Amino acid sequence: MLENHPKLKEIRFTLYRIFKNPTAFMGFALLLVFTFIAVFAPKIAPPKNLSNPYMIPHHGYSVTPKAPSEKHIFGTTTGQYDIFYGIVWGTRTAFRIGIFVISIALLIGVSIGTIAGYYGGIIDEIIMRLVDVVFAIPFLVLAMAIVVAFGRGLDNIMYAIAAVAWRNYVRVIRSGILTLRDQDFIQAAKIMGVSDIKIMIRHIIPNAVFPVMVIAFMECGSVVLTAAFMSFLGLGAPKGYADWGQMVAMARNYIVGPPGDPLKFWYTIIIPGTAIILFVLAWNLIGDALRDAFDPKLRRQ
Amino acid sequence: MIGVSILIFGLMMTFSPERRAAAFVTTPQMAKDIPMLIKKYGFDKPFYVQYFTWIKEVSHLNLGYSLVASRSVFDAFLYYFPITLELNLFASPCIILFGIWMGTIAGIKPNSFFDHFSRIFSIIGWSLPTFLFALVLMMIFYGYFPWFPPGVLSDKLTMFVMNSNDFIRYTHLYTIDGILNGRLDITLNALKYLALPVLTETIVICALLMRVMRSGMLEEMSKDYIITAMAKGADKKTIYLKHARRNALIPVITIAGQLIASLMEGSIAVEIIFNRQGIGWWLASSATQLDMPVLMSMCLVMAVVFVLSNLFVDLIYAYIDPRIRLS
Repeated sequence: MLENHPKLKEIRFTLYRIFKNPTAFMGFALLLVFTFIAVFAPKIAPPKNLSNPYMIPHHGYSVTPKAPSEKHIFGTTTGQYDIFYGIVWGTRTAFRIGIFVISIALLIGVSIGTIAGYYGGIIDEIIMRLVDVVFAIPFLVLAMAIVVAFGRGLDNIMYAIAAVAWRNYVRVIRSGILTLRDQDFIQAAKIMGVSDIKIMIRHIIPNAVFPVMVIAFMECGSVVLTAAFMSFLGLGAPKGYADWGQMVAMARNYIVGPPGDPLKFWYTIIIPGTAIILFVLAWNLIGDALRDAFDPKLRRQ
Repeated sequence: MIGVSILIFGLMMTFSPERRAAAFVTTPQMAKDIPMLIKKYGFDKPFYVQYFTWIKEVSHLNLGYSLVASRSVFDAFLYYFPITLELNLFASPCIILFGIWMGTIAGIKPNSFFDHFSRIFSIIGWSLPTFLFALVLMMIFYGYFPWFPPGVLSDKLTMFVMNSNDFIRYTHLYTIDGILNGRLDITLNALKYLALPVLTETIVICALLMRVMRSGMLEEMSKDYIITAMAKGADKKTIYLKHARRNALIPVITIAGQLIASLMEGSIAVEIIFNRQGIGWWLASSATQLDMPVLMSMCLVMAVVFVLSNLFVDLIYAYIDPRIRLS
């Protein structure tokens, strides 16, 4: 009886759609690997400095990177920071950036969008014009301006990106709510005297939040990218912090090796770079598959 | 009617970012607590008074002083702008043509080999950090093959351009000035330096265009008028390129504003890596050296550009699609 419940059937079909897609499978596999690395980071790369495990340990102060060896399996970058350690703990940093930024942005975006869509009228007008204003400035430029206004640091990068990223969700959730607002069950709840806040939280958001979640998944990758670029510029963490963007920045002077061996220091760039690309790729592949699976136009093709 | 409403809307949008920016511009100075300066610029006045003072200054193009460029923001903007313009002048046709071409083919034959290829290509382009891609390109084409060095123009020619009295810099774009002065070697040299930056921007940015084009094409291909045209045996090429593509291009135009924004964001990374001293380079250096007025005025400039381009898009939209004009 329960087996054939339409809702269950629909969920099963959705899962089938997602996993039929080989790229989505790849995305989930990649994400699983990264999650594993992040969770077991203290086991994979035991920290030397227990009070601050995110600082990459370094052996010596020589500026020249050293090639991969048994002791440092990915080699060391300038300042003798261990690349392997940086990658492992950088995974945690990347997850922290992605999840923190997206949750803050979702919280702001969904609540503002819900208020705009539910109340309509002048409130809607004011909020949507505000969103238009935020939309008028390119993402990166605005985020950079906010970081500069509040000072450097990884935390400030996260706040700045979150302060810009919410704009993407407001329009989506609002358009979803506009179709919900006048439906019978909302009217019924209103007549029964349920408070506006309760209607919004219990009845409206659960029904409209899904497309937003899909976008959030897709955005997670680009958030990590933006953060990596700002770290690369030197707006982020202090030197030696396990952060992929910063590791690329440290290696920047070594893209061209000594004469006669121009690709000598390839590992200083390629290894952290691959980590960034794979991480972002994982989120994008999953987001892409989710969009295909939930898009009513493409769903039953 | 539509034109008027767009204009009002556009004006409103240019207006409000300034208010936002004004709040930022004043804070660092206020925090520094230099009473004389505060008095001089009226920072102790209420918010709205400051705002109007600021607007007055801005309308006289007095945007503050850039520490990085050690000249006023407006002069620095004029100084750096040609480099960025040149880059985007060459990059945007590549992005548009390549994106539309790939999107069209992928849309005509969904689930073909080419479609999967373009899909993977666009996801990778989407996931690729611009700065990393640029670094790797430079590693290969500057480190391994010493073909495309970073910079804008070779040292010898830069010296020549700076010191020569005969070489008149009409536009400050090296490629065009080279032609106008009959010095093709300068044009070719500048093009050589442009190759990698343009390639980077094209690969990273055209993914967006490709996706929109593909979905637009898919939608048009399933419409009745295409089926009719197919049924009466019209030339396939005519159907694809004349009937379907022209209609599929309409949604593409709407993302023009987004494309301009991503071009700008792309040129920040590209100019930093390839050491081209343009707007993007200036912005990034200002950010690392906490040069606040630059970032704030650039936010303002970007917003104005964005609003103008959206206005332009709306006008073009009405021109291209008569259905909008008539409704």
